[in-house]
Amino acid sequence: MTSDGIKEAEEVNSIRKIVANIGSTRADLIPVLQAITNKFGYISQPAIKELSDLMNLPTKEIMSVATFYRMLSTQPRGKHVIQFCESAPCHVVGGREVFIALKDALNLEPGQTSPDNKWTLITTSCLGVCGIGPVILIDTDLYGNVTPDQVKNILSRYD
Amino acid sequence: MAFYRSTVLVSVDPICVEKGAYELIDSLQDELIKQGLIDEVQILETTRLGDPTVYGPDLTIYPEGTHYTNLTFYDVPRLVEEHFIKGRILKQYAAVMTDTIDEELSTPKSKEIRVVLRNIGEIDPRNIEDYFAQDGYLALGHVLSEMSPDDVIQEILDAKLRGRGGAGFPTGLKWRFAKQSEGDVKYVICNADEGDPGAFMNRRVLEGDPHSVIEGMAIAAYAVGARQGYIYCRAEYPIAVSTVNLAIKQARSFGLLGKNIMGTDFSFDLEVRVGAGAFVCGEETALLASIEGKRGEPRARPPFPAVKGLWGKPTNINNVETYANVPQIILKGADWFASMGTEKSKGTKTFALAGDVKNTGLIEVPFGITLREIVYDVGGGIKGDKKFKAIQTGGPMGGCLPESLLDLPVDYETLGQAGSIMGSGGMIVMDEETCMVDIARFFMEFTQDESCGKCVPCRVGTHRLLEILEGICEGRGTEEDLVELQELSDQIRQNSLCGLGQGAPNPVVSTLEHFMDEYKAHIYEKRCPAKVCRSLIKFEIIDGPCTGCTVCARNCPVSAISGERKETHIIDQDICIKCGICYQVCQFDAITIS
Repeated sequence: MTSDGIKEAEEVNSIRKIVANIGSTRADLIPVLQAITNKFGYISQPAIKELSDLMNLPTKEIMSVATFYRMLSTQPRGKHVIQFCESAPCHVVGGREVFIALKDALNLEPGQTSPDNKWTLITTSCLGVCGIGPVILIDTDLYGNVTPDQVKNILSRYD
Repeated sequence: MAFYRSTVLVSVDPICVEKGAYELIDSLQDELIKQGLIDEVQILETTRLGDPTVYGPDLTIYPEGTHYTNLTFYDVPRLVEEHFIKGRILKQYAAVMTDTIDEELSTPKSKEIRVVLRNIGEIDPRNIEDYFAQDGYLALGHVLSEMSPDDVIQEILDAKLRGRGGAGFPTGLKWRFAKQSEGDVKYVICNADEGDPGAFMNRRVLEGDPHSVIEGMAIAAYAVGARQGYIYCRAEYPIAVSTVNLAIKQARSFGLLGKNIMGTDFSFDLEVRVGAGAFVCGEETALLASIEGKRGEPRARPPFPAVKGLWGKPTNINNVETYANVPQIILKGADWFASMGTEKSKGTKTFALAGDVKNTGLIEVPFGITLREIVYDVGGGIKGDKKFKAIQTGGPMGGCLPESLLDLPVDYETLGQAGSIMGSGGMIVMDEETCMVDIARFFMEFTQDESCGKCVPCRVGTHRLLEILEGICEGRGTEEDLVELQELSDQIRQNSLCGLGQGAPNPVVSTLEHFMDEYKAHIYEKRCPAKVCRSLIKFEIIDGPCTGCTVCARNCPVSAISGERKETHIIDQDICIKCGICYQVCQFDAITIS
C-alpha cells in the first residue's frame, strides 16, 4: 500500500469512529463534520464519500452543508489558523489598521493559506469579546487590545 | 438556638479537600475544644471561597470577614490563639483577595437594575448549589406544585415580557400558540446563537448563570407541554457550551431535569446543539434547519415554529435573556416585573456597550432610560472627551442615531420609529472621528457576507448596495448613487424573506437620513470629513515637528518613507498604502492627515 493509501485508510477508520460516537442520523451531520474538521483541519473528498455511505446521504447534500458553515472547511488549512474579528466593535477601535498589518506581515489575503502551509488567514464574525477589541484568535489563543505594531511579535510566537 | 460570636467558613471544594481541608477542620475543632471556645465559634463547611489552586485550603472568619489562605493543621493553634483569643489578625495568612478586574461587567452604575445579570460574577456557575442559594429552582418548584400551564402563561402575559432576541414579540402569546398547537411531541428551544457583532450579553448569562436559563426553559416546557428542549449555542462560545453542559448534568443529578421532575408527572430534558459559524442561524427558522442537520437557510413564515417547528412539530423558541427573566417573574410576580419600563416594554434589558465610550461592557437598564443616560451616565461619556457622533443600536440590522435623538427613551417602539431597532442589545458608540459612510459600507460588507443567498433581494441587493458604498468611499460617488441607495434599500426591505434581509438596509437608510452631509462631502467634494476613507485622504509629514527619528520609515510596511536621520522625512504618495501606521508610531505629532 502506498503511503497515501495508508493515510486514507487511517482517515476512513477515524471517520467511522467519529460516526459511531456521535451518531448517523441527519441531525448528527453537523456535529460529525465539526469533529472531522477538528481532527483533520478540513473535510476531504474521500471523507465526504465515506460519510455518504455511513450516513446514507448523497455526497452533494454533505457538500452543501459543509460549504455553508464558516467553521467547516473543504479546503486544507495551514498549521495555524488565524481568525481576525472583522466586526464593528473591533473595527471602530482600530481593527482595520491591525488587519492591514496582519495581511502585510503574512503576505496573505483572507481565505488564503501560505505556501509553506504554516498560516491560514480567515476573518470571523464577532467572537463576543468586544470589551478587548481589536481581537485576533490564533488556533485557540485569543489576543485582545491588539495594536498594529504588536502583530509581528504575536506571530513570532508560533513555529 | 445557640449564639456564636464567630463563624468560620471552611472551603471544602474538592481541590481544598485534596489539599487537607478536612484535616484543617478536625484540628480546628480540637483546638477550639482545648481552648474552651467551642461554644463561641461555629465551624461550617462551604463551597470554594477563592481559587482553590492558589488559596486552598482556606477559610473565612465572620463577622470580620478575614480570609485566611494556604493553611495546614499545623497553623491552627497559632490561628486560634491570635485570632480568637487575642483578637489579632494573623497577617502571615490573611490574604487580600486580588479582585480580578472584570472588563466586561463592572459594578452596577446608579441607573442600572440587574435582573438578568444579578448572579453573574456573584455565584459559581459551575456549582448548582450556589444557584440554589439564590432561590434557584424555587420558581420551577412553585410552578409544578401550584400552577397550571395556563396559569403560567397568564403570569407571563401579565408581566408583558417581550422577546429579548430583537423582535419583541410577547412571550406569553408565543407560549400560548405553542400550547394550543396540536401534537403529542413539542419542543422548546433556546436561541443562544448570539451573532450580532458587539453583543455578548447572552454569552455572559450562559457562562455566569446557566441555571437561570435552564430553569426558565423548564418552566416554558411545562407551560407549552414539551418534553425535550435544545439550547442552540454558537461555536464561537466554547466556555458557554461547556458551562451549560455541566449545568445540565448537575440539574439532572438533582432531579431537576429528566423524568418526573420533583416527583411530579412532568418530564423534561435538555441537549446543547453547537452551531458551525453562520450568522443567519440566529433567525429562528434557519436555526431549526441547522439543528436538523441542514444548511441554515430561513424559510417563509407562516407556518410559524409554534405550529410547525423542529421536525415539523410545534416548537417554542425564545432567546437566552427571555428565559433568564422567567424564574424571576414567577418568584416576584408579574406586577413587580411590569412596574419597570415603559407602557409597552416592561422590565429591564441588557446591552453590550462598545466602541468609543469610556465604560464598555455589559449593562442592564430598565426600559425607558434615554440613550443619553446610557452613553453619559452609565457609559461615562466619550473616550478622550471627544465629541459624540452616533450610536448604533440593534446590531448589523440596526440604524445609526445622531446626537439629536439621544433623549429618546429606549424601548422597542421608539427605536423602531427612529429608524433603528432594539435588536438583541448591541450598542456601538461612535465619536467624531468615525466616518458614517464607511460605517454604512462596513455593515453592508457584513450583511452581504452573511446573507445565506436563498432570496434574490438580499443576496443581490446587499451586494449592489455595498458596491455603491465602496464607490462613494473611494471617491467615485455620483449624485444618482444617493437615489439608488434609497430605492434599492426600500426594495430589499419589502421583498426579503427573513429579518436579516429586511433589516439589512437599516444602516444605509439611517445614515442617509441623519448624516447626509457626510455622503455629500464624499460625493461632491471628494472629501472624507472624518479622515477615515483611505482613497480620500493623504498622509504627510510636517517640516517643523519632525525630528528625523526614522521610526516612521522603519515601521512603514511598504517603504514609502525616506529621509536622512535628523532630517524631515518624506512620504512617497505613489507608494503609500495609507495604512496609518506612521501616524500611530510618530511620537512628535509630525504626521497629518489631509
